[in-house]
Amino acid sequence: MKNDRRGRIKQQANALSDAFVAAGALPVETDSLMAAEVLLDLYGEDIRARAFVTHDAEMGEQVLRPDFTVPIVQRHMSEGAEPARYTYNGPVWRKQPRSSNASSEYIQVGYELFDRANPAQADAEVFALFSNILKPHQLRIATGDIGILLAAIAALNTTDRRKAALRRHVWRPERFVRLLERFGGQTGALEHRVQLLKQVAAKGVETVLQEAGPLHGVRTRAEVLERIEVLEQDAAAAPISAAEVDMLETVLELKGTAGAVLGKLRELAVDFPALGASADIMQTRHAALQAKGIEAEALPFEVSFGRTTLEYYDGFVFGFFAENRPDLPIIASGGRYDALTRVLGQGRDIAAVGGIIRPEALIAMQEGGL
Amino acid sequence: MSVLKLGIPSKGRLQQQTVDWFADRGVVVQRSRSDREYSGEVLGVDGVELVLLSAGEIPKELVAGRIHLGVTGNDLVQEKIADWQQVVLDVEPMGFGHADLILAVPNGWVDVETVDDLDAVAAQFRERHGFRLRIATKYHTLVRGFLSHHGVADYQLVDSQGATEGTIKNLTSEMVADITSSGATLEANHLRILRDGLILQSQATLFASRTADWDAEALAGLASLSAKTGWDLATDL
Repeated sequence: MKNDRRGRIKQQANALSDAFVAAGALPVETDSLMAAEVLLDLYGEDIRARAFVTHDAEMGEQVLRPDFTVPIVQRHMSEGAEPARYTYNGPVWRKQPRSSNASSEYIQVGYELFDRANPAQADAEVFALFSNILKPHQLRIATGDIGILLAAIAALNTTDRRKAALRRHVWRPERFVRLLERFGGQTGALEHRVQLLKQVAAKGVETVLQEAGPLHGVRTRAEVLERIEVLEQDAAAAPISAAEVDMLETVLELKGTAGAVLGKLRELAVDFPALGASADIMQTRHAALQAKGIEAEALPFEVSFGRTTLEYYDGFVFGFFAENRPDLPIIASGGRYDALTRVLGQGRDIAAVGGIIRPEALIAMQEGGL
Repeated sequence: MSVLKLGIPSKGRLQQQTVDWFADRGVVVQRSRSDREYSGEVLGVDGVELVLLSAGEIPKELVAGRIHLGVTGNDLVQEKIADWQQVVLDVEPMGFGHADLILAVPNGWVDVETVDDLDAVAAQFRERHGFRLRIATKYHTLVRGFLSHHGVADYQLVDSQGATEGTIKNLTSEMVADITSSGATLEANHLRILRDGLILQSQATLFASRTADWDAEALAGLASLSAKTGWDLATDL
């Protein structure tokens, strides 16, 4: 029985793969073992909680591929000419909690498009492709755009450091709210920081450092001094205005049809012109989607969609869910991840948008179970 | 049929305190005459077999269900067992073996008092040095869970199985997450605990395995032991 099902999953995977090839993608294979260093640098320690990390005396720490994005981007950077379309079809491995019935090994079939010429066109191409392939399954669609949130942060009238701190924590909602409350003056200055700055003002920073005791390790005295300066600047900076905090909170909660959200965004842009550019991006994307036969304005849209689950997506994002099977994982998901390619490319900009489908979830939808 | 197996630490202060704890409740836990032999017996109750294990092994044995009850630190249980509450039941904290798992930074970091500061400094450090701020520890699961819960980014854990406090001076870490009871080691190494850097308060605890075979004989052993200790946990297993 189990083997039969595996066979049907493989068949489903191959059919999806064929559809991606028909759309012009080059089928590629990647190693199952990846150097842990790259993934750790990219995703941080959390990857150890999510992926299987193994160790070899010679190769060092290796990770069982948790997704294809990183190896595909690396491959493209080393040998790809643009525009390029890739597809892959193979297993990934993710740790699952003990209580979960989800499988630690499952197949992903994906499509990645590298094309910097026309982002709206590229977004539309990928979404329309997924939407057409998945149409027979009648899935619930979710879309969003984390770029709008990033634009709202950029629009704030505050220090670059505060903006950078908010941007850095876009994917960690709790800390984001804490930062916003502090920068907006809703929670007063932190008492221990006030005390430190008072001492520095009274005795001079040299004395404060001397009294604290020796400083050893890699982090230098210059770094400590620099941060004290940053704290001084931050203490002197005016709080982010209530109107701007309101704007950011409104943007965070924008949801509805894509058409309605676009309308709201245009309204907000009257007072915050910087949001106009986000609205323009959305409108251009809608036109590109429309040209592909997608009712763009009617799509469900939520600015914050993908904020917690799809780290590193920083533009248009989408997900397909089985409406009547809340027990199943997301059937397909994807989006734009220029931020990730920027980190991997060490400054080189590579525009990338793509997504994956989980054939085992599609089969589970049709046959029950998982 | 399976006799109830009770796992206790095989040596040291932790073993002595465990023996004393049971003795206070009228249960005599006694090692074999030869001090080198890792076996013993339980007097004063029926149907309980003693298993001597290293405290670090006890979580694993509880998960495997090879022992029904085991005494070990809750730091070890929470570190070594994923979703531990589903696998073991914490029956009773025993009031000894106290130790805190904490985050500590060099005294000279006057700008770092809290986890919030740590997060900001981790960003600064990565920007300046091109790699993530390193925290030396042997408690990877607990530390990662704590920092993830508090939304700290841009750090990495480096494994340290001993002399953790020395890794900063050796330039292999920037700060530590370690167990402390008196704070003396931290002080000697010029380290200071973050104000909100308490990750876990640990003590020796008696755990019951949910995966062990709790058949009639094991339950009879448990009843006999419970009559002395006052536990009421048959329905929780």
